[in-house]
Amino acid sequence: MYALNFVLWALAAMAIGLLFMGISRKLTARLQRRYGPPFWQSFIDVIKAFSRKSISHNFIMDLCALMGLAGLLAAAMYVPMGGILPFPSDSPLILILYFMPIGYLGMAVSVSASGNPLASIGIGRALTLMLGYEIPFAIVVMSFISNYGTTNILSIMQAQAGGIENWHIIKMPFGFLASLLALEAMTGKKPFDVMIAPAEIASGPMVELSGKFLGLAFLQYSVAVFVETGLLTALFLGGGATVWEFVLKQFIVYMVLTLFSEIYARYRVEQAVRFLWIYAGGLAVIQLALNMYMK
Amino acid sequence: MGDFITVSRQEIVDNKWERVLNFFRQRSLWMLYYCTGCGAVELPPTMTSRFDMERFGIGPMATPRQADILLITGYVSAKTLKRIVRSYEQMPDPKYVVGFGSCPVNGGIYWDSYATINYLDKYIPVDLSLTGCMPRPQAVLDGLLTLIQMIDKGEAVGHKKYQLNYEWYKKNQREVLERTAPVLDTGGLK
Repeated sequence: MYALNFVLWALAAMAIGLLFMGISRKLTARLQRRYGPPFWQSFIDVIKAFSRKSISHNFIMDLCALMGLAGLLAAAMYVPMGGILPFPSDSPLILILYFMPIGYLGMAVSVSASGNPLASIGIGRALTLMLGYEIPFAIVVMSFISNYGTTNILSIMQAQAGGIENWHIIKMPFGFLASLLALEAMTGKKPFDVMIAPAEIASGPMVELSGKFLGLAFLQYSVAVFVETGLLTALFLGGGATVWEFVLKQFIVYMVLTLFSEIYARYRVEQAVRFLWIYAGGLAVIQLALNMYMK
Repeated sequence: MGDFITVSRQEIVDNKWERVLNFFRQRSLWMLYYCTGCGAVELPPTMTSRFDMERFGIGPMATPRQADILLITGYVSAKTLKRIVRSYEQMPDPKYVVGFGSCPVNGGIYWDSYATINYLDKYIPVDLSLTGCMPRPQAVLDGLLTLIQMIDKGEAVGHKKYQLNYEWYKKNQREVLERTAPVLDTGGLK
């Protein structure tokens, strides 16, 4: 029974992520006064990528490409879409934060195994950037722990029930800003897109991915979008009474990230880490101090 | 050396599964620009707001592994040919080659140069040629739309031609590449 739930949940997470990616491409196009691709373009891209021949370099590349997707899908299993979960659990936040790096590290090992130096540079940048955004986000999680003594997302969502004035975006604004900055880096949007950087390092980690590997990378990114926007929605925007409300809030979060992405240029990696530690980290520490003081 | 084998269109069109996949392939074409000749300047207007080729699902890609279309602009010098062949062979099937400008078609104004090749189609299979010197963005978009129709009908089969006539293409490539071997004495340096 749970196996069916797992499959449906995984498909839903991928479909939501791909839909968001497509709509954000359309939004970007309209901002640049273009017509833009249709909003289902990401689905077409993924199907086409899976229909092509793919070149595998070794067994590690195959295995870890799947491990990357699996790690993020495991994280997606604990994101409550409007209070619904595929398995009965309290959706522990710590577990999600542990599963997500498995996804990223799986991709890192997979593309490093291809032996392309540009891929290694991209992975080096991505892992450095990870150091930048994980620390502010962890401090924000600590401020939740200091408030509630728990990291269960369901309890945190229940604490925000009853109207917009109870949402953490109102009660913990500094923490929200810190996690929004961290999320911008997690999704690899533009001030922090240093690991992709097509003009510098030929799209970095994806440089050697052909056909099905590229399709897996797209799917992995789509699940990552689902998990990351889902976290912000559940922690700060009150979750949602229904699935639709939850997905709508996720959509708004992702569109805000896209809009930010369109007005900023790219940071170098050390600038990005410094920015994240000083500003996102500073805001997160302020929030933690406030929470501990007010308690 | 056998005869040049052509692919019949019928065997592509009759494969139902291939037709379903072609539906998706024609709507998502990622392009690798090989712009060592001239004419790269025509592509930014084609990509950006004025002509916006992304509305047809055509976008730039950074590496041959990810790309569906190899766009070769301008003249192809004998030394460039080696890199073009390597890029082409790194691309996964199905792949399409678009020759851009007059030079890949018949040499253009460089037809009598010792350093360029005249017929790109002899070395790698060109699916579509955009003639003109230079083709404007309108012509580029028109050509890409023609390529989309060709993929839909199953006529863009350059990669199968390359597989079937691999020896023929390799022989032609070797004739040119032998000319590009270094002739100067390197003085013992590698």
